[in-house]
Amino acid sequence: MSFLLSCPLCGPRDVYEFRFGGEAQARPTPGADQRSWGEYLYMRTNVSGVERAWWFHRAGCRRWFQAERDTRTNTVIRTGWAPLGGNLPSGNSSGSDG
Amino acid sequence: MIGPLRRLRMGVAKSLKPSYDVVIIGGGSHGLATAYELSKLGVKNVAVLDRSYLGSGASTRNTAIIRSNYRTAQGVAFYDESVKLYERMSVELGLNVLFSQHGHLTLAHTELAIAGLRVRAETNQLLGVDSRVIFHDEIRRIAPALDLSSRPRFPIQAALFHPPGGIIRHDAVVWGYARRAQERGVDLHPYTDVTGIDVVEGRVTGVQTSRGPVRAGIVVNATAGWASTIAQMVGLRLPIVTHPLQALVTEPLKPFLDPVLVSATLHVYVNQTDRGELVIGAEIDPYASYSMRSTLPFLETSASHALELLPAIAGVKVLRQWAGICDMTPDYSPIMGITPVGGFLVDVGWGTYGFKAAPVSGKRMAELIATGRVPDLIAPFALERFYTDSLIGEKAAAAVSH
Repeated sequence: MSFLLSCPLCGPRDVYEFRFGGEAQARPTPGADQRSWGEYLYMRTNVSGVERAWWFHRAGCRRWFQAERDTRTNTVIRTGWAPLGGNLPSGNSSGSDG
Repeated sequence: MIGPLRRLRMGVAKSLKPSYDVVIIGGGSHGLATAYELSKLGVKNVAVLDRSYLGSGASTRNTAIIRSNYRTAQGVAFYDESVKLYERMSVELGLNVLFSQHGHLTLAHTELAIAGLRVRAETNQLLGVDSRVIFHDEIRRIAPALDLSSRPRFPIQAALFHPPGGIIRHDAVVWGYARRAQERGVDLHPYTDVTGIDVVEGRVTGVQTSRGPVRAGIVVNATAGWASTIAQMVGLRLPIVTHPLQALVTEPLKPFLDPVLVSATLHVYVNQTDRGELVIGAEIDPYASYSMRSTLPFLETSASHALELLPAIAGVKVLRQWAGICDMTPDYSPIMGITPVGGFLVDVGWGTYGFKAAPVSGKRMAELIATGRVPDLIAPFALERFYTDSLIGEKAAAAVSH
């Protein structure tokens, strides 16, 4: 489903104005081993539920921000400048319905 | 065609045995093909579980295109075996799967795209796959309905012609595998939702389902769209991001289009079915999601891009549109074989190209399970490749998203 995303600077806009930047995750330290970098570069939780992800307002202010969105319904819970504080709602993993 | 489906639905009432040698999660073309091939190798205590009806996911939501004109040597060899298995499938399964090898045209609208097609043609030919770059004179003969003038924003300059490519009846592939697997003693359990996987000391011991627990020595994740959620049940993260992919179908027209048309520049592919409908597909939606709701932007862009190729279809009505979800990998190649969890095998990461690989995946995954050795043909697609920088880049040949 297509949906609106609220840019922290520009307000609610069509999702097609944005570039999806992938789920937010912690970066390894510079001296981390190759396996840790492989994990960071490629492995994803890819949650069916509420996900915290990066977005880029390509056709607007061209700023990166983060959004929390339910990937099952595309309901946007909140957006803001990174890093978004607080915890994600629990019980994510049980939701595997498409 | 409805006959086999009815019989399978009746199979729902069949009780789950307390224990199986192999439990396959996902009753689509891959899971059923694996079960069928296992039964041929003498492994018969096999169950296929699906949370909905058989073939309810990507197996019957795809645009049913079969081809092997890929870019890498590993990819070409793998998909070539799949095309050969599809060619024999109607005889093998005793069910007409309506494989129409009408040819496949990948269109190039730029000099750079022609260079890309030449690389593919050379790799294909070296590996014995019928594939070559052709220009306007030949394109006009094969697909007279294509607009080859300089009118479009991106005029067509050349094409990669792949004669063995074509389309197939995807439901029949699912039903054929299901029927033959069931005849050979495989237990099919539709409407059986896997809710957890038991792991003891790094080895799977069984699965928890909506219909009770089942012990199993080997569990195969053969899902498309939910590969990450199943892998999470054994604590495994995969290099997968799930995106929706949409398609539409028009009202039936007189036959006017033989080959499958693909344009990466226009992010669109078009084929005409045996019933005359045009099936039009697109690139994946530009954000990760598990939602299978259709969107208006897809309908607008795909319709306008198809019109750029085939101006004659202006005024043709769209019958319906739908969506499926695709497990995209970073290199547009699948992930097959063993994992760090003992007995937990994966046949996942099928992005937008899973259906065309079902027979070969089933055959080789079954070989892996029966012999315990990873077949050479699927060894390059191991999960471990993401930790050793051995990616198999197929984006130029597998997607229209660039």
